[in-house]
Amino acid sequence: MTNWFQRFGAAWITVFERLGRAHLFMLQMLLALPGTFRRFGLIVKQLFATGVMTLAIILVAGLFVGMVLALQGYNTLVGFGAEESLGALVALTLVRELGPVVTGLLFAGRAGSAMTAEIGLMKATEQLSGLEMMAVDPFQRVFSPRMIAGFIALPALAAMFSAVGVLGGHLVGVELLGVDAGAYWSQMQSAVGFEHDVLNGLIKSVVFGFVVCWIAIFEGADCIPTSEGVSSATTRTVVYSSLAVLGLDFLLTALMF
Amino acid sequence: MNSRSVEILVGVFMALFLLAMAILVLKVSNLASFSGNTGYSLYASFENIGGLKARAPVTASGVKVGQVSRIEYDPQTFQANVTLTIKDEFREFPEDTTASIYTAGLLGEQYIGLEPGAEEIFLEPEDEISLTQSALVLERLIGQVLLNR
Amino acid sequence: MNTITENGSTLVRIKDLHFQRGPKRIFRGLNANIPRGQITTIMGPSGTGKTTLLKLIGGQIKPSQGSIEVDGLNVASLGRSDLFALRKRMGMLFQSGALLTDLTVFDNVAFPLREHTKLPESLVRHLVLMRLHAVGLRGAKNLFPAELSGGMARRVALARALVLDPMMIMYDEPFTGQDPISMGMLLELIKTVNNALQLTSIIVSHDIQEAMSISDYVIIVSDGVVVEAGSPAQLKGSTSEWVQQFLNGLADGPVPFQLAAPDYADELFNSAGDA
Repeated sequence: MTNWFQRFGAAWITVFERLGRAHLFMLQMLLALPGTFRRFGLIVKQLFATGVMTLAIILVAGLFVGMVLALQGYNTLVGFGAEESLGALVALTLVRELGPVVTGLLFAGRAGSAMTAEIGLMKATEQLSGLEMMAVDPFQRVFSPRMIAGFIALPALAAMFSAVGVLGGHLVGVELLGVDAGAYWSQMQSAVGFEHDVLNGLIKSVVFGFVVCWIAIFEGADCIPTSEGVSSATTRTVVYSSLAVLGLDFLLTALMF
Repeated sequence: MNSRSVEILVGVFMALFLLAMAILVLKVSNLASFSGNTGYSLYASFENIGGLKARAPVTASGVKVGQVSRIEYDPQTFQANVTLTIKDEFREFPEDTTASIYTAGLLGEQYIGLEPGAEEIFLEPEDEISLTQSALVLERLIGQVLLNR
Repeated sequence: MNTITENGSTLVRIKDLHFQRGPKRIFRGLNANIPRGQITTIMGPSGTGKTTLLKLIGGQIKPSQGSIEVDGLNVASLGRSDLFALRKRMGMLFQSGALLTDLTVFDNVAFPLREHTKLPESLVRHLVLMRLHAVGLRGAKNLFPAELSGGMARRVALARALVLDPMMIMYDEPFTGQDPISMGMLLELIKTVNNALQLTSIIVSHDIQEAMSISDYVIIVSDGVVVEAGSPAQLKGSTSEWVQQFLNGLADGPVPFQLAAPDYADELFNSAGDA
């Protein structure tokens, strides 16, 4: 019994230790930001690795999510004779919720895991120690550029996801199911507010970008530098950042809407 | 991958971002169609506005000419004071214009329709539209039909 | 105990060093002086923390007790910018080379110059090509680290460590896993570089014969303390049985072949099931 309690306590201590390290790590990343902005080329390179490489999956996913929303929404709305509101339904769902959340989840799986694996391997091959011994701060050179890139890439991807989704909804709703095109767009415009919906969705995706990159970079830098350690760190990145995205989404939605 | 093509692709990426934001702003949301200050105000008082909400469209002959910018309850007159913001290009509504609250479809959202009268004098900015017709409230309508029989 | 050889001055002075990782005490009162301008090899059985010692010298980790002075500066007490300034004068060669995998060989060698100096690109090019030529890999300048063999990667890393003209270079296990040819090249390189550039070299290794052949001074570390230090000739003549076992690679001696364990017969027959 005491044994069990001891293990339980020890587990919590480990959790808090890691949390503490993660926060100190974030602080160091933030402190390195000014130095990072001087290395603009690095940010561009990371934008490529995180943003451009995730673009295809986001566009395809956005298109299909929009199409499915239109199909499902139409079937429900037509029961009330309110299929004219399809545009509003599709756009609100995408802009407020699915855009930021699905993008956040896909980003964690595609870019976040790659980030963890890359940094973990850099640690395992002593590249991070090497940088330090060359008097180069790995925070400025390796971690912060990735943070900034994720910060920019996720909102960008989320916006593209929503835009493509709305077009996908148009494709199915208007072209296939015969909802009036004018009604689709005008109902959408009168229902979606810029500040209330578009801006809040954008804020969500900025928060998700920050959290996913933080988790991914920290897990990479904190991993045990063996192939096993890197692979379990990559798994942790996907699990933790997906949970964080969903949990934060609830919190932000409760605060915003 | 050399750095030139990386830079080009990142440029394309950011351009797509701007394009997506433009779609969200111009096509999806109502920011572009009306952003508050580019119009003049008219006032109208209604006994009952039903389900009218701020940002609801204001139309004339079915064409959108502005939107509802504010709704207040006036405790003196027991009426709802509604502020309409009309786009500047739609001046010259006659003084005897009627403002009515309509419902788009059976369950659709409510909007204000303006029906111009025949007067030669036009409404100026900040004027009040005196002829108003309240929203049709379904329960009251049913009640009237039952009582009139 | 530390007899300083010939020209006398000391570059790295390690005093009463204690270091602990978790419950494991890696150093307990280690004292050593590393002479300036010479090649010093630190040897010892695996797991004695030789690599840890290099990290302590480089200030990547801090000792729990005791001090390390490099060129008169106490590494552990330096602030960040002073530490970085000191590191610019130290080169370190990691076991794997630690080249940045996303840069070409040329950019890897140019990296410290571009990070720390504002030299014009034409001068950077000259300096990089000079260093690459010195390690014989000018022809590999456009390759990526993944395309290099282990020995080549180490030579590139050496070129990179040299590009800022450091006062000392630390080599972490430079000879492990090398074929005889690249081993010979590395030995020759370390020796010529040290003499030509008047460097101080610190090598951590357990390739005894190779390391002894180029060293001026050898420090043997075991169990957290210095067991013996001196010139290779002095060590070969050492009377310590332990040193003889280590240098000659004998299987049994003061370090027993069997790790301490309960009596064999007793464990086999009497205490079944408690393992």
